[in-house]
Amino acid sequence: MTEAQVWEALAEIPDPEIPVISLVELGVVRDVEVEDGRVRVAFTPTFLGCPALEVMRDQMAAKLRELGAEPEVIVISDDSWSTDRITAEGREKLRAAGFAPPAPREAGVPKLVQLQTGSFRCPYCGSTDTALDNIFGPTPCRSLRYCRSCRQPFEQFKTI
Amino acid sequence: MSERAQLLLPIADDELVLGWRNSEWTGIAPFLEEDVAFSSIAQNEIGHARALYQLVADELGTTADELAFDRSPEEYRCSRLVQLRLVPDWARTIARHYLYETADARRVDELKASDDPEVAGLAAKIDREEAYHRMHAQMWFDRLRDEPRFVEAVEELQPLLASEEREEHTPEFAELWEEMTMVRRSVVGATW
Repeated sequence: MTEAQVWEALAEIPDPEIPVISLVELGVVRDVEVEDGRVRVAFTPTFLGCPALEVMRDQMAAKLRELGAEPEVIVISDDSWSTDRITAEGREKLRAAGFAPPAPREAGVPKLVQLQTGSFRCPYCGSTDTALDNIFGPTPCRSLRYCRSCRQPFEQFKTI
Repeated sequence: MSERAQLLLPIADDELVLGWRNSEWTGIAPFLEEDVAFSSIAQNEIGHARALYQLVADELGTTADELAFDRSPEEYRCSRLVQLRLVPDWARTIARHYLYETADARRVDELKASDDPEVAGLAAKIDREEAYHRMHAQMWFDRLRDEPRFVEAVEELQPLLASEEREEHTPEFAELWEEMTMVRRSVVGATW
């Protein structure tokens, strides 16, 4: 088995909470190593309290076992995952499904005043005339916004 | 106990217990946005506790769940501020939220500068998430800063934050511990 085959297999696993994108598109797979039938996958959680963390880890291990490999999935809890790791394809799939993709990570942590500006684009009509409704949303990774142009609430990925 | 355990266990205990206290608003917050906010903040704090316990567990040869749930109440080192059960008092809840997040920001900054790369790496991740808690706390502080009930609540709770007495526990903490560890104590090795 090659590393490319492992990446391909992992790319088939949908995110447990937003199944329109895969774990690879989400950017949570940081590294893959293959050695004598053993596969080591380094994986970074999105948010530390994400309840999908165990599901993702178990699904990756199950997928690799199907391929006949002995998997080892290591969880790395450092700062290396950010929403910048979501791929361009992943962002487009999120937008098409009604989730506004995250703004790029900046050097410092975001400020409330930035979230309250209208620079976030509605995933339905493309307008930037949108307002912050709630910093928190249905999962740790999302905020709630409202589009004043098409009068539609939508979910905005938090930048981390 | 190792240096890492001494440093991280009080912080992990704070985050776990505050996570429990915040989750007590789930379903009964003053309005829906705050129900969602406090539930989400609770989930994040418990996630931070889990990751901090895990770093200690790796060193002590135990598990995060054992550290979180299998210690006796006297062994926890959470501050008295997070032990308080504040439901249904919104003014005191927001006062605690603001005081805690402000103090926690300084503590996380210190951890980010740690010589231990695992501790510094985890702290950097926690800080990214906590930024949203701080925004939420600041928003409420700005909204309530001139409300007498809120000002009183801040004055009342401030000394608890300053207190480093982490070995004494309130009766409210004993009740929380009973509830929090019930499943683990009833079914040995229970996971979910």
